[in-house]
Amino acid sequence: MKRIVYREWRIPPTQFWSTLGILAAMVGMATLAFGYMEHTGHWVSGMNNSVVWGTPHVFAVFLIIAASGALNIASISTVFHKPMYKPLGRLSGLLAAAMLMGGLLVLVMDLGRPERLIVAMTNYNFSSIFAWNIFLYTGFLIIVIAYLWTMADRQGAAFNRPVGLIAFLWRLALTTGTGSIFGFLVARQAYDAAILAPFFVVISFAYGLAVFMLVLMYAFDEDNRPIGEKIMRRLKNLLGLFVAGGLYFTLIYHLTNLYGAKNDGFELWLLTNGGMHTFMFWVGSVLIGGLLPLGIIYHPELSKERNWIMTACGLVIIGGLATMSVVIIGSQAYPIQMFPGQTILESGFFDGVNGAAAPYHPTIPELLLGLGGVAVSLIITVVGVRVLQFLPESLADDVVALDEELLREEAFAKPA
Amino acid sequence: MAKSVLTVGLVALGLVWALAQTAQADDMKRYVVAGSQAAKLESCVEPTELMRRQHMEFIKHQRIATVHEGIRIEKYSLSGCVDCHISYNAEQIPQPINQADQFCGACHAFAAVNLNCFDCHAAVPNGTPLNAAAMAAHDAAGVAAQVQSSRDGKGH
Amino acid sequence: MEKVIDMKDENDAINPQRRAFLGVAAGVTAAVTVAPGVLLHTVDAAPRAEPVTSDVRWGLLIDTAKCVDGCSACVDACHHENGLNLQTMPAEQAVKKWETQKPAWVRKVKLQDNQTGRMTTLPLMCQHCDDPPCVDVCPTGASFKRADGIVMVDRHLCIGCRYCMMACPYKARSFIHSDVHGQLTSVPRGKGCVESCNLCVQRRDFGQESTACVDACAAEGHHAIVFGDLKDPDSTICKLLNEMPSRQLREDLVLNTGVRYSGV
Repeated sequence: MKRIVYREWRIPPTQFWSTLGILAAMVGMATLAFGYMEHTGHWVSGMNNSVVWGTPHVFAVFLIIAASGALNIASISTVFHKPMYKPLGRLSGLLAAAMLMGGLLVLVMDLGRPERLIVAMTNYNFSSIFAWNIFLYTGFLIIVIAYLWTMADRQGAAFNRPVGLIAFLWRLALTTGTGSIFGFLVARQAYDAAILAPFFVVISFAYGLAVFMLVLMYAFDEDNRPIGEKIMRRLKNLLGLFVAGGLYFTLIYHLTNLYGAKNDGFELWLLTNGGMHTFMFWVGSVLIGGLLPLGIIYHPELSKERNWIMTACGLVIIGGLATMSVVIIGSQAYPIQMFPGQTILESGFFDGVNGAAAPYHPTIPELLLGLGGVAVSLIITVVGVRVLQFLPESLADDVVALDEELLREEAFAKPA
Repeated sequence: MAKSVLTVGLVALGLVWALAQTAQADDMKRYVVAGSQAAKLESCVEPTELMRRQHMEFIKHQRIATVHEGIRIEKYSLSGCVDCHISYNAEQIPQPINQADQFCGACHAFAAVNLNCFDCHAAVPNGTPLNAAAMAAHDAAGVAAQVQSSRDGKGH
Repeated sequence: MEKVIDMKDENDAINPQRRAFLGVAAGVTAAVTVAPGVLLHTVDAAPRAEPVTSDVRWGLLIDTAKCVDGCSACVDACHHENGLNLQTMPAEQAVKKWETQKPAWVRKVKLQDNQTGRMTTLPLMCQHCDDPPCVDVCPTGASFKRADGIVMVDRHLCIGCRYCMMACPYKARSFIHSDVHGQLTSVPRGKGCVESCNLCVQRRDFGQESTACVDACAAEGHHAIVFGDLKDPDSTICKLLNEMPSRQLREDLVLNTGVRYSGV
């Protein structure tokens, strides 16, 4: 086993600057979209008084939970003592901080009064999970930066394990908090379920890992750095496990709802009759985000090809956005059941007349704002790996630590 | 020679500019608009110097008392500012107080301080005033109803 | 847009006369008819000097049997009282979309029982919960409950995150999606904040007897809405609540609402 050497990302300057240029253009468009929505008011967006959180929130929540998921790789090495993952720790921390920044920025840019952010920083209502999340998010950033320091600096190495442990516990709290934003809402049938919190934790593992693998494989390919079969197989299998876990939680969530008669209406609507939302659930969340990647990951032949693994990661991300849209938009579109056993014939405020779902049609500015968050995350990542030593020179099989699973096999292989 | 002339010229120009700025500043300091109720008074609810420096604190304190505790008699009310400092043009139309040539607007523009009270608050007295005596008088004469009716042009 | 400005000017032009008039008539307290059928009560018009206390709890009782299908007097009166009608549809907006984005503090809802076919019509507004979910979730504390039971938004603190709208079981809140011009002095409101029924808090603090919707309903002769103090056993609303069966909407959530319905 060789010593692990970290090096800046040495792609040609033209490629670096053009990548940065494209991302900066995306951020520019998002800034324009933000200015437009804030100047004219939210009426130019598709969001309304029934579906109050829309496309920007889909991107923001996805980025935030993917951020906490991306940090997992570092935790596996530090907290769970898997030396094989150690060379990946720095990139994992960088991605976590970058995606959190991107997600938070989108969330803030969509506020009705974003210039009052200082109010949110100085007035807290501690019965609000949202207020707690403000601490969880800022705390996460600080801890991740400290964590990166312990990974990169000789002086910090002594603190690596305690800080890593805190970071791991903190990211669990963060994703639980994010899930609880929805899980604690008694008002809407689709929420009001504590299972949303662990569900968010599990899908955060999957989304974070998918983003991490994509970035890792792309960065290594462009710089002609080798990734060995051993580490690829480990990452791929881990992704499969997390995706399957997400599917399992989805199943349990819907089974729970289906069991009680009071939620029949909602489940019937979402699973069979909800138009765009039904499509998003079955095709987006279950098929693209779950079954297809699982099929690729566990396929005996496809799973050996890098391009297919990258495809699987891409599918998990697309499916993740679809899942977020079902959880965030679909759940709001279904009308609140204020009068059980009665049908609403007329209403002055879209209370679900004859059971109709609330309308929501995403608009271009919302989409641009969301993509801007993605671009911000990528800019931070690209600049980070370019100027600092985040990426290991090589992840070839002879460089990474021995696979302790194989060690065990060898041990078993010994004659008794 | 030419150089010294240029220097003197520039210095003179600079002096004139500075003088003009001072004069303008002096002029701009008298923000109380002629014709408003405030122009007839000696000072505001507190001495002028205090008001200049502290008015935002007074208003902020009042706003908490009013919004959260329902207290409506405190002297530092924003609608009180508007009522007293509003001025009217030749057609007797009240000029929004945050307009650049009006009491709040002019000073905030000069001091380069963002003024966003009037994003939400009425910048001219509008509808039923928040003053008990006036409100009672209003109700007595049905003025409130008239004002409202004329606004949306329907007349309920 | 131009039209709005015109209307504002016309309206503003009235103010000087009104102001001159006020000087003379200040201090008069009376109950008079201001429009055919509308009776304004001004019993004790002293502005509030002491903080509101929990000795009172304001509430509404809505008798759905008296609420008339097709009548929207309460909604119109609310728009009028709180200046919601001043916020006009942006010129480039589609009417259908604006319908989903315009403010609504109170709306009429018509229901039919799935089993029996019985029809009910009722006004629906903020239910002024004793334990309001919107207050629990607000990150800045902008959504709050006044000591006298009124649930409202402190617009100075509201950052427009709309979490309270997610949390409200009655969908009682609306977000201000566009610029507002020509606000009323008594009801400041502007783009980017969330708002909802506040039981005409401006009337409460000046000691008026009822709310705009109650007055309008009474003026129509329906008397379907009663306003009063839920803690005063001698108040009309308490007596009525004692006499007739009533319920809270979504009572399974045990929010102890300040608005009660009978006949639904």
